[in-house]
Amino acid sequence: MGKTIEEINEKIKSGSVVVLNAEEIIEYVAEKGVKRTAKEVDVVTTATFGPMCSSGAFLNFGHPDPPIKMTKVWLNDVPAYAGLAAVDAYIGAAELSETEGMKYGGAHVIEDLISGKPVKLRAIGYGTDCYPRKEIETYITKDTINQAFLFNPRNCYQNYYAATNSSGKTIYTYMGKLLPNFGNVTYSSAGQLSPLLNDPYYRTIGMGTRIFLAGSQGYISWYGTQHNPGRERLANGTPCGSAGTIAVIGNLKEMSTEYLRACIFQGYGVSIFIGIGIPIPVIDEEMVEFLRVKDEDIYTEIIDYSVKRRNRPSCGKVNYGQLRSGKVTINGKSVQTGSISSYFKALEISNVLKDEIKNGKFYLTNFVAPLPLEEPYINLDILSREELQ
Amino acid sequence: MIKRKLVLSFPENIVTKPITYRLVKEFNLEFNILRAEITPNMEGKMLIELKGDKAQIDGAVKYLSQTGVTVQEAAKDIITDKNQCVDCGLCTSICITQALVLDDKSHKLKFNKDKCILCELCLDCCPVSAIKVHI
Ligand code: SF4
Ligand code: SF4
Repeated sequence: MGKTIEEINEKIKSGSVVVLNAEEIIEYVAEKGVKRTAKEVDVVTTATFGPMCSSGAFLNFGHPDPPIKMTKVWLNDVPAYAGLAAVDAYIGAAELSETEGMKYGGAHVIEDLISGKPVKLRAIGYGTDCYPRKEIETYITKDTINQAFLFNPRNCYQNYYAATNSSGKTIYTYMGKLLPNFGNVTYSSAGQLSPLLNDPYYRTIGMGTRIFLAGSQGYISWYGTQHNPGRERLANGTPCGSAGTIAVIGNLKEMSTEYLRACIFQGYGVSIFIGIGIPIPVIDEEMVEFLRVKDEDIYTEIIDYSVKRRNRPSCGKVNYGQLRSGKVTINGKSVQTGSISSYFKALEISNVLKDEIKNGKFYLTNFVAPLPLEEPYINLDILSREELQ
Repeated sequence: MIKRKLVLSFPENIVTKPITYRLVKEFNLEFNILRAEITPNMEGKMLIELKGDKAQIDGAVKYLSQTGVTVQEAAKDIITDKNQCVDCGLCTSICITQALVLDDKSHKLKFNKDKCILCELCLDCCPVSAIKVHI
């Protein structure tokens, strides 16, 4: 007999809910077995804290007097997209400052807004009968504007590749600094803690699921861009490379810079560390089988990022146990590894979420619609209009 | 007499012994290995201090470069800013001496200063600029 979300929420209400994080569940199952675990544990909290470039925030500044239809907007000299209604804009995390270049970007604007710092807003418009003003320069904080919500089209990758560099010189990538001649390997998944690796076929995580988003309670709004569930999978359901993704939404005004941080990858650009936690209801024994997954059972491919093509060669498969040990072997050579996403932070988030559920501050949701299990993964080819007709 | 602190990087295939021996023998230098990290099949690193004539030291540096050793002036001091650091561990893949490691239990970054050879390789790898040169 399985458990329903409603039953679990009743237990949260009465304070009798049993919650473990995705690390604790591994030992629990090993000790007590699948059957007992399914009975005794109600929720497992998963989390990740890593750079997620495909992030940004919608802002509504409110109307000045006289009003303006903003056509171009800058926040601390970082351009925001204003091709929306008069005072709406979208600030993308990866956008660079026009004055400081790679030292400051959209991610920093978002972080500054969350921490309550004043941000310079500059905008221009062409002036209309209903919006006569043509320019404005003022300062805002998150409390002086109407809405500010994070809306990230692709977060929380279900596994990701590890990176190395076979060439003779150091390269700077979104996977970090890669030293020459297989000098290091970097990787990015939270492995056994990672949300979509603990629910590989999206049985409980779907559109509408309530999540921990950078300190606030946010939601999964859609499946993410480049969602690629068709990736080759192991018997335990986990894909051997980047697969599923989610789009998420949440109130920026309730977020904390503890769980969202701007970052810079030298030579690559600006990105943003996002902390996401997702509670997984232990609905049945099958769910326990998925939740017991550990680093050693999750594999990824080491990709050679020195190859300047879309398809880069693989230098072999490794599991997260090996990656987390600090060293892996490539072609007989011992290579040091390092993670881009923070296991420490992910663990912290899984524990914060655990406490919120235990204390009746966070209730679970049934999803409204499932994440697709089939979705084409399309590359961009250069074609003429005729070829498409 | 002058003093210079240098970071030497040895490619995988170079044997370090005869090189250091020649430095002492032929260039008449006082030679001090402050820290070293030489592992088979991996690039080796050494922080050394040379004392001697300027001309002798220049000669020694030239000789080292010719043998394929990369020579670099040592930084003053490396610090990690605990408030900035998010404990990702990216820098631990860069640090060959394992002065930067993630603690197995706490999963937090540990900086073991005694192992740092001031090579500065880690400086531009931290995504939140938590690693700095202290002057
Ligand atoms: S790379 Fe930076 S943030 Fe990551 S562990 Fe090292 S010092 Fe900390
Ligand atoms: S400078 Fe950085 S990379 Fe070099 S030894 Fe010191 S901590 Fe390690």
